[in-house]
Amino acid sequence: MIGPERISSTIQWVLARSSADQTEVSVVATDNALTRFANSTIHQNVFSSNVTLRVRVVIANQIGIAITNSLEAAALQRALDHALSNARRTPPNPGFLSLPEPQLVPEVVGYFPATADCTPGQRAESVGAICQLAREAGFHAYGALTTATRELAVGNSLGHSCFHLGTLSEIKVTVIGDSSAGYAANMAMDVRRLDFEAIGHEATERCSRGQNPQPIEPAEYAVILAPYATQDLVFVTTTVGLGARSFREKTSFVCGNIGKRIMGPNITIHDDGFDGNGIVEPFDCEGVPKRRLDLISNGVASGVAYDSYYAGLEKGRRSTGHALPPPNTSGPLPRHTFLRPGSATVEEMIQSTGRGLYVTQLHYTRPIDPIRLTATGMTRNGTFLIEHGEIVRPVKDLRFTQSYLKAWNEVEAVGQETRLLRMWDQSLQNVPTVKISSFNFTGS
Amino acid sequence: MRTLTARALDCANGLGAQYADVRGVVRRIQTIAITNGVVETMVEEEYQGFGVRLLIDGAWGFSGSATLELGAVDQVTAQAAEIARASARFKTAEVRLGPRVSSVGVYRTPVLVNPWEISPVAKIALLLQADRELRHAGAATAKANLLTWQENKVFANSEGALTEQELIHTGGGVTAIAVDKESGQVQTRSYPGFFGTDVRGAGWETILEMDLPGNAQRIGEEAVALLRADECPSGHATVILGPSQLAIQTHESVGHAIELDRVFGAEGDFTGTSFLSPAMLNSFAYGSGHVNITADATAPGGVGTFGWDDEGVPAQRVPIVRDGILCGFLSSRESIEQLRQVVGDRAPASSGGAMIADGWHNIPLVRMTNVNVDPGEWDLAELIADTDDGIWMDSCKTYSIDDRRLNFQFGVEYAREIKHGKLGRLLKNGSYAGSTPQFWASCDGVCNRDHWRIWGISNCGKGQPGQMAHTGHGTAPARFRNVRVGIRS
Repeated sequence: MIGPERISSTIQWVLARSSADQTEVSVVATDNALTRFANSTIHQNVFSSNVTLRVRVVIANQIGIAITNSLEAAALQRALDHALSNARRTPPNPGFLSLPEPQLVPEVVGYFPATADCTPGQRAESVGAICQLAREAGFHAYGALTTATRELAVGNSLGHSCFHLGTLSEIKVTVIGDSSAGYAANMAMDVRRLDFEAIGHEATERCSRGQNPQPIEPAEYAVILAPYATQDLVFVTTTVGLGARSFREKTSFVCGNIGKRIMGPNITIHDDGFDGNGIVEPFDCEGVPKRRLDLISNGVASGVAYDSYYAGLEKGRRSTGHALPPPNTSGPLPRHTFLRPGSATVEEMIQSTGRGLYVTQLHYTRPIDPIRLTATGMTRNGTFLIEHGEIVRPVKDLRFTQSYLKAWNEVEAVGQETRLLRMWDQSLQNVPTVKISSFNFTGS
Repeated sequence: MRTLTARALDCANGLGAQYADVRGVVRRIQTIAITNGVVETMVEEEYQGFGVRLLIDGAWGFSGSATLELGAVDQVTAQAAEIARASARFKTAEVRLGPRVSSVGVYRTPVLVNPWEISPVAKIALLLQADRELRHAGAATAKANLLTWQENKVFANSEGALTEQELIHTGGGVTAIAVDKESGQVQTRSYPGFFGTDVRGAGWETILEMDLPGNAQRIGEEAVALLRADECPSGHATVILGPSQLAIQTHESVGHAIELDRVFGAEGDFTGTSFLSPAMLNSFAYGSGHVNITADATAPGGVGTFGWDDEGVPAQRVPIVRDGILCGFLSSRESIEQLRQVVGDRAPASSGGAMIADGWHNIPLVRMTNVNVDPGEWDLAELIADTDDGIWMDSCKTYSIDDRRLNFQFGVEYAREIKHGKLGRLLKNGSYAGSTPQFWASCDGVCNRDHWRIWGISNCGKGQPGQMAHTGHGTAPARFRNVRVGIRS
């Protein structure tokens, strides 16, 4: 790791040399280790240490950004020169108001030495145990174990500065047999909280129960979505429509609906970078504290995520601390989301189902219609038919084409237990199992 | 950089590596994006670093660092060795790499006009001009973007390879979003490719060829017209896919499926495996006799074009499908050896040269080069005239495929009815679905070279940690029979 002192002095070095009206320097330094396995053997075992330093300069509403991964003086000067040069050549952005003013960023513990110090040998041992479980059941294990340490820092010429040191660990396991597959995953800041054996057992059990699946006719079914499938609903919902960009471009399902009920009353989704049940990240890439943001409150559209730029376009609006690092085409987005758990157990959900499907995971879903929040995708890694309150047999995977907005309105039950999961190495979802009364399967 | 690579190889040898390679990479990217007349993104990125990959006791280890210093080389190489030894404790088979690779040389992407020599002012002016045209045509939101990407890399391995490459990719495009305020309906049109961009292994000349301002008004008008268009009908229909739609169709249902590491399960945990198996080589009917597909890392203008892959294997033209029959895979040194263990001499003797890493900090994976559908015989006007009842679909709006690359569903921005051999009314929310081999088996015509061009995708994701790659796809319009269309929620 680089350390707060060197990061701070680097930021100050750049700020001191900038001739811009306003300058911001943000740093993300990562030590990322990943042990990946397939066919029950380690096939990728990697480590990389990297730093990304972003310089944003403002000259009379002209904005330029440059990024480097070198902290050498020549590279820093080159990045600053590029940012200044780009700003001078760019037309003014009349919507830009200012970089964030200094503000207090509460400290939060996010660093766990056991994760930072996890060795290749320890990762291999953990992975080896999972592979052994799968082999003993006659299957093969596939997956990845990540341990990472991150330093985040932001400083700007208005006097704002903040630093955070954090760790994360993640285990994802797919167990595959001749005719079936099972999945399990979990995340934690402290790698000691990951129960590798339990994850291995969960994936192996799903694979075992899923053997010899039979085709089933695509139709509307009640579904019980495991947290790995619920995760997709939350991810698509938040990325398609709960950021200020889509809201402003009127391509969001919450346009004109803030304060109105758009989902069932048992649905509450919020974002919180300070919640220790997630991976804490106390500020965004502008250094703005990540305020708890209510997105959906008991089914009512409550808000969308803002950064300082999109907040500045609306009178009286403040950034919610959800700026993403440039360049991006998304605008600000929620990335530490929580779906409030309910009181149901998975067993109760199954017992209350006359005919339906238990779905482990949704795969490769893509939005079709942002206003109705319609998406298509496939089931994956364990889909089971439920009849008369019992899982009766595994079924082959199905394609769905479904309005997620409609689905959120038809949630019959929300599970008690949640699982912390990560989508595309980017955003986090802490989600329970949910039961939805009708889900539209359109192909097999 | 050469001093650094030599040091890494010496260090790896001293640590007992059976094989080692090292890549030093410097990458530079410029992104300019405009929305409704405002420059929202004007970013220059510069990244550098090196990665050491080595084999000890028959298992891989990899480590990389952004610090280009000899001291860091020793540390990184030692870390890679420690990782390899940890991997070896749980190996089930020795990694085999096959024939030695000792390529030596220099490659540069041919460019007519260096895109870095075009002033940002001129680039922004071009985008603003296109932006004005889009909004003048009625777009509620107009977007325009340009990408300039360059990677300089040195590769060396313990078998004597030493290559230097300079790859330059240039791209851009426009997007019009039209909104009906009363109904809340949203329609999108993009140019020249899907998702408002296309990228080529070329210089600024490719942006001039695109003529973004000259096409922007049409794109804006089409987006607005889609708001009033009829819905794409549901049922089964003859479909002619436009070239950019066939590019993403090929990418998803062929390109990923033929990655040999995926066939052997390397992506089983993440985006999935492949419906293909080694035994299908030279016998499996991937499509009709009209379907010929080539993975061509030598194709001019492709973003999958290079001198050598990231194992030092020379760029090649690899036949994938001939007259409908699967005859090849995208491969690496290790995966081709795995294939030979299964099918013997039916497999090629050496790698097809498709190992690409995203930057210095990732290991190379089997990636698409330029996976091209070879041109057929049809003139496009004749193909349409030969279609009594069908739908023209182009410009991908949404894409989804299962974890074995079989069951797909695509939505398109733009569809037109074909009646009695002529293009008819505009259709919105066009979509189609199918199963890969049945779909390609239904192909009964591919247009000729006059209608063929190469497209570039700049965000193909694979692997963990996630890696992005640029992939190319040469395509012409093609016709498919009895396709399921108009899928509704």
